Amino acid sequence: MSQLLLDVNELTMRFGGLLAVNSVNLKVKHRQIVSIIGPNGAGKTTVFNCLSGFYIPTDGSVMFNGEQLAGLKDFRISRKGLVRTFQHVRLFSKMTVIENMLVAQHRHLNTNLFAGMFKTPGYRRLEQEAMDRAVHWLEEVNLLQHANRAAGNLAYGQQRKLEIARCMSTQPELLLLDEPAAGLNPRETKELDELIIRLRDEHEISILLIEHDMGLVMGISDHIYVIAQGTPLADGSPDEVKQNPDVIKAYLGES
Amino acid sequence: MRGTLYNAVFSAGITLILACLMLGVRLSAEGTRLTVVGAGADRWEWILAGVAVVFFGQLFSPRLDALFGRIPKPSLGALKPQDSTLKRLKPWLLAALIVGLVIWPFMVSRGAVDLATLTLIYIMLGLGLNIVVGLAGLLDLGYVAFYAVGAYTYALLSEYFGFSFWACLPIAALLAASFGFVLGFPVLRLRGDYLAIVTLGFGEMIRILLNNWTGITGGPNGISGIEKPTLFGLEFSRRAGEDAQTFHEFFGIDYNSGHKVIFLYLIAVLLVCVVIYLINRLMRMPIGRAWEALREDEIACRSLGLNRTVIKLSAFTLGASTAGFAGCFFAARQGFISPESFIFIESAIILAIVVLGGMGSQVGVILAAIVMTILPELAREFSDYRMLMFGLLMVVMMRWRPEGLVPMKRPHLELK
Repeated sequence: MSQLLLDVNELTMRFGGLLAVNSVNLKVKHRQIVSIIGPNGAGKTTVFNCLSGFYIPTDGSVMFNGEQLAGLKDFRISRKGLVRTFQHVRLFSKMTVIENMLVAQHRHLNTNLFAGMFKTPGYRRLEQEAMDRAVHWLEEVNLLQHANRAAGNLAYGQQRKLEIARCMSTQPELLLLDEPAAGLNPRETKELDELIIRLRDEHEISILLIEHDMGLVMGISDHIYVIAQGTPLADGSPDEVKQNPDVIKAYLGES
Repeated sequence: MRGTLYNAVFSAGITLILACLMLGVRLSAEGTRLTVVGAGADRWEWILAGVAVVFFGQLFSPRLDALFGRIPKPSLGALKPQDSTLKRLKPWLLAALIVGLVIWPFMVSRGAVDLATLTLIYIMLGLGLNIVVGLAGLLDLGYVAFYAVGAYTYALLSEYFGFSFWACLPIAALLAASFGFVLGFPVLRLRGDYLAIVTLGFGEMIRILLNNWTGITGGPNGISGIEKPTLFGLEFSRRAGEDAQTFHEFFGIDYNSGHKVIFLYLIAVLLVCVVIYLINRLMRMPIGRAWEALREDEIACRSLGLNRTVIKLSAFTLGASTAGFAGCFFAARQGFISPESFIFIESAIILAIVVLGGMGSQVGVILAAIVMTILPELAREFSDYRMLMFGLLMVVMMRWRPEGLVPMKRPHLELK
């Protein structure tokens, strides 16, 4: 069990009478790309919200590195190394790209007021380290030449990449990507595809992905979970899922 | 066209109703009874003229707006020299400004220096509230409470325990900060309007507490005879107390009551410089970036591991401590404080300074504080109409320069 990074058991989320997520199980190992797919409104984003602490799940356990996450506050969860992106890009659009990267590293910086007031050596060192990390990740997603532009002025595809880079600068172990390819053109989708694989292979993190772009999902996933109407429908390797009659039925409707 | 006509009739109607109630009738006491007395004919003419102005103003508002649009906006940007020359000149300009501020009081009248000191207090308050409202985006309508905490801290500590001004300065800031902390903790999960209402209530609570806790605070009578600050133990009075020395005796010069005023002014300049430096650093520190980020997108901040309660609380606490600073100095300058000095209108004026100046902009807040304290003094004859002019100024500003006198320009961090 120890090699499991994320182990979700019987996760349930109820809004009044609506059962949005019903006993979902998820397992993510180290250095694995796992996807969640399902028709619109299946409850995929709700699962993400439960994992990242934006909702407190009604029931079930979320074990991350052997620690219980269910019930923790959102910012505590992300400090443990589980960081998410959003379906709609959420950047600090009036701040520059580099500032976006530094805000994400807030907790790695010296936030002691007196250290900052007098620019102590320790404060400067941490600030420099954060800057280096920011530069590294901007290089990684090919945005370094835009570092001083306001984030809101970037092209949409670049904003998507910046959001991923911003998450990566917090040094997570598990990255939750909520529809990262939405609104990207085929070339950008391909770049994203390569980026995600590079994150797994070179930077040794795991990725949990929600995506509608089946080409992307089938191409890069190590394991796929299918959810329909909040309930787990199937799971397995991309090939298994593709051939599963229940999945085909859920996507295409019954004949 | 019909829309503007309707708008004009509606506005004129509202004006008429309000003017009739406020200006058209008057209650006068006749023996033990009150009777309603109508206004005289000339007043009615004024009211009708006012209604006509509103009617035609609304009717032709698009054209008036176009007219106003043609008036060139003062572009402060054009006045600024090139970035590179500015960078070279900046230390010199700052030095000249500080030297000017220090020399200036020796050349003008005592009243002018006193007014300048008052202005500096408002600058401090404006800068403090600017942290909360401008940088962190939290609307605080009870800011004056922290000002009161600072003032009463010094007054009470000096009255009961004989603490000196210099010892009380940090204590007042700390105590105001802890009040900010205690208030902020439960309140900061509220947003926008709700936060404004709760802070408004808190401001009133402090004032009413001070008013009613007669045993300690003296209630509405306030506290008088608060000690003036000393210069390394040298007093500025005519005759020194026991085992103390006065400033004029020490330096062997004639006694001049103006020295005290100038000394207070110089303390205020010092305090304002410290506050400006601190806030300047804050804006460039991680916490300053976090405030900005939190104002832009709270959800993204949470997902990145920023603790929003701590970040908001720090803004609230730092703003409060600045008010504590200002309050302590205010008590020392006045020598007398009472709850009267800490009414809601004060909060409103400080907020107006921040909004007029341009939220988040330090230069703007300083300019606005100067305008807001000096204008009423210059227009003493119109003191009855002070609030009217205040309102007019707000309306004109919001129509003409909604982003404030000097819109905020944040120091962006740049990658070299």
